[in-house]
This record gives sequence, structure tokens and C-alpha cells, in this order.
Amino acid sequence: MKLVMAIIKPFKLDEVRQALTELGLQGMTVTEVKGYGRQKGHTEIYRGAEYAVNFLPKIKIEVVLPAKQVDKAVDAIVAAAKTGQIGDGKIFVVPVEQTVRIRTGETDESAL
Amino acid sequence: MVTLIKILSGVVGALAVLLLAHIDPALAQEAGAAAAPAAPAAPVSPINTGDTAWMLTSTALVLMMTIPGLALFYGGMVRKKNVLATLGAVFGATCIITVLWMIIGYSIAFTTNDSESLNRWIGGFKYFFLKPMGLNAVSSLAGTIPESVYMTFQMTFAIITPALIAGALVDRMKFSAFMLFMAAWLLLVYCPIAHWVWGGGWLGAMGALDYAGGTVVHLNAGTAGLVTCIVLGKRYGVGKENMSPYNLAYSVIGASLLWVGWFGFNAGSAVTANVNAGMAMAATQIATAAAALGWMVSEWIIGKKPSVLGMISGAVAGLVAITPASGFVNPTGALIIGIAAGVVCYFASVHMKKIFGYDDALDVWGVHGVGGALGAMMTGMLASNAINSASKGWLIDGNPQQMVIQFYDVAGTFIYCGIVTYIILKILDIIIGLRVSQAVEVEGLDINLHGEVVQ
Repeated sequence: MKLVMAIIKPFKLDEVRQALTELGLQGMTVTEVKGYGRQKGHTEIYRGAEYAVNFLPKIKIEVVLPAKQVDKAVDAIVAAAKTGQIGDGKIFVVPVEQTVRIRTGETDESAL
Repeated sequence: MVTLIKILSGVVGALAVLLLAHIDPALAQEAGAAAAPAAPAAPVSPINTGDTAWMLTSTALVLMMTIPGLALFYGGMVRKKNVLATLGAVFGATCIITVLWMIIGYSIAFTTNDSESLNRWIGGFKYFFLKPMGLNAVSSLAGTIPESVYMTFQMTFAIITPALIAGALVDRMKFSAFMLFMAAWLLLVYCPIAHWVWGGGWLGAMGALDYAGGTVVHLNAGTAGLVTCIVLGKRYGVGKENMSPYNLAYSVIGASLLWVGWFGFNAGSAVTANVNAGMAMAATQIATAAAALGWMVSEWIIGKKPSVLGMISGAVAGLVAITPASGFVNPTGALIIGIAAGVVCYFASVHMKKIFGYDDALDVWGVHGVGGALGAMMTGMLASNAINSASKGWLIDGNPQQMVIQFYDVAGTFIYCGIVTYIILKILDIIIGLRVSQAVEVEGLDINLHGEVVQ
């Protein structure tokens, strides 16, 4: 099992969700996060007072799925979240040791 | 469509029948009264119901300017940790001033002092606890409405003026010191100056033109704001930390409520429902929109983007600047004052503040002080005798002397307010201290002073 963690632009969330749903994925966890990469921040100006905003709002999607589905999922996220502009985000894939469905006690892939 | 027309014509017909039925008996009664022998004349009440209705409305509109208008305008501009403290300061000021106005404020501002020489400076003390204000009382300053309405109308002005100062001292003043400051400032600064201009004092006698409070309200509050922010010192971290506003949508709502409420402020200052009120309303609307555009365009050219905060700030600047002029200028005059206010107040709030380095957090001086002084001077310039027989301006009526009088009005307010505000603050600083500790300031006033937070 793998955890696919994608940091994307907030307005791309719906497209990414749709793309993953089409692959047959049953769920995901979404968090509003702030951070920066190459895009750095931006400047806000209020009555002449300038503030550098270092952390930009992003969306973090977390999905756990069987290892054999990872490549397809990653491709789907890239295709849906890409604008070609700086700040599109990143995807991380990490191994997952165990999964438990709390309601039934099922474990691992049958719990996904 | 056809049925709709049928229904409508039916309704109109029914209304016409009702109206006729209503008028007829009235006519009959009048005829009857004329034929009857003359009854002893009842005492004629000076109260005009139309004027009274408008002044009741105006009073409510001006209170709406402060709560929620000004509270939201300011509350949206501070950081999240100080939102409630800012709203609470405006709300608290409203309450303390109401009570003090009832006890003695109205008396010393708007009643006549028995001593003629003292009356130049301060009103009388007979209206202590509003004792002489019976049900049928009428003030000599507002002959066609109940004094209860006039007293409350003037109270709403007395409320907003000190409350405006709150914008300069946000994020760092103790609530206790603020409430005492509001009380002292009302009685020692606002009431005397209101008496000088409107209550029969020296500036009014000299012929100073201030229709709704360009100097009495705005220059006065702006000057106090400037003095207060200098005495308090800068907010911790200003210029280094991110102090971006909590929620500018609040500020947009607040500024919009201020705009609407300002019709009560300016058109209400006619104290009658007449042609002057109408022209004051038109002038107010024109100047406000022009000033919003003036600020917006200035910012667009210099700062590259037309910010929403800029637009609403410009609108408030225009409202401020047209305040002294609203009953004296024609629509073209209002347009000129509006454009000037938008551009000048933009430079005062954004650039002048940077040059001099004072931390007038929400630009009380830049918008109200500068806008009020500008409006007062431009009133002398553009007042028209054709609009108000009480005024003779420089450019239209060829009366340059008015500019001198306006200058005395501006200078008198600025100097008196500046000095007395400074003294009040210094005394409060010695007695209880003005400023919260740095730890409280960094953590936020809401949780430390009020025990509450916005989630």
C-alpha cells in the first residue's frame, strides 16, 4: 500500500477529485494548508503598507491505495492539477505499513 | 399579462374609492367648523410633524453610522486578535457618551449660558440631567421639533466624534484608559467646540460655516487621533510584522453603512425636512462617489492596483469633506470637493504618514483630520448664496473674507483640541497608564482585555 500525498492549487481540487474518482478510488482526505516552494510568496498592500506573504494557501490531498494503482493515480493527479504555471504543487508517494477500517476491523487492502 | 393589468386596475380603482370616502367627510367637517362660532384658540404647537419625522429618522441613521457602521469599518481592518477589542471600543464609547450626554454634555454644548461673555466659550448648566426638558420642550436652535429629538440627534453626533478616534489607537490602548479618555474628551473637547460653532459660541457668531461638522466632528476627531497615536507610540512590530486586515469585507459593509447613515448626518443637519435637506443629500451622494473615484484612480496610477480598501477609504474621505459644505454648495461644488478629498486624503493617509512616521493605525488623521480641514476651507471657497442664504462664499459670491473665518475655525479647533487632548492623555497616563504591556499586545487584546476571541 502507498500513501499518495499531493499539494495542489486550491482551485484544482474538484478536477483532481473527479480524476481520482474515475479511477475507482473510494475516498480521500483533504486539508487546507499553507506553504511555499519556487513560487515564493506575494505582496499585499493596504493603504500603502506592504506585507510580504510568504505562505500561500494550498490544498493537500491524501489517498492510500494498493501499490499497483499508484502510477495511474499519480498520472491522473498530474494531468488534472497542471496549469504549467509556477506553484502547481508536488506529489509525494510513501509506503504505508498497515490500514484498519474502524467499523469492521478489516485490515490492509480490503480496508481501502 | 392581461390578467395582471386587470388586477392592477382593479386595485387602483378600489384605492381611489377609499381615498374619496376618506376626503369627503374631512371636507364636510371643515365646512362645519367654518360655520360654527369661533371657539377659544388652543395654544398653537410649534412642532412640525414632517420635520419631526425626518429628524427621528436622521437620528437613527446617524447612530447606525457608529454602530454597526464605524465599528465594522474599523473592526475589519485590524488583526484577528484585536477584532473584538476594536468593535468593543466603539460600542463602549457609544454607551458612556450617551449617559454623559444625558447628564451634562447636552447642557454645556447646546444650551445658552446666562453669562453672555461665558456663552462665547461654553453653554449653560441648567440642563443637568435634562431637568428642563419636558415633553413639550422645544430648543431655540431647532424650533419645529421636540427638544427630546434634537437632544438625541445631537447625541448621535457626540457619540461618533470620540468614537472615530478609536481608529488611531487600536491594538495597543487599555480599555479602561480608553473609556475614561472618551468621557473626558467628550466633556472637555467635543462639548466646548460644538458650542463654539453650533451652540451660540464665538466661531458661530463670527460666521464660520460648518453645516454638519467638518471641524466640530472630523477635524476634531482627526486631530485627537493624531495626538493619541503619537502619545501612545507605534504598535509593536509595525513595519516589520504582517499587520494585514482580518476581514476587509467587514470594512466594506461598515463603510457602506457609514455612507447611507451620512444622509442623516448631513441632510439631517438642516434640522427640517426642506429644500436645504434635499440639496445636502444630493451634495453628499455626489461628493462621496467622486472621492471614492479620486482615491481609486490615484492608487491605480501610483500603487498600480485599485484596492477595495482604497475605494471605501476614498468614499469616507468624501463624506468627511462634504460634511461642512453639504448645505452650502451646489452639485458642481460637491463634485469638486469630492474629487479633491479623494486625492488629498490618499496622499495624506498613504504617503504623508510614511514621511512623518506616526502610527495612525487606521488613518483617522489622514481621512478625518485632513478631510475635515480640507472640507472646511473648500466650504469657504465654494459656498453659494443661491443655495443657502446664510452663506457667502469666495468664488461664487466674491467674499474672500469667508476663507479667513474658515481658517480661524480650522485653526481654533486644531489648536484647542490638540492641546487639551494631550493634557487628558498625559493625566490618564500618570493615573492608570495608557498602554497595555508588550506581552498583551503581542498576544492580542481580545483574549487579554475581554477574555474572548473570534474563531
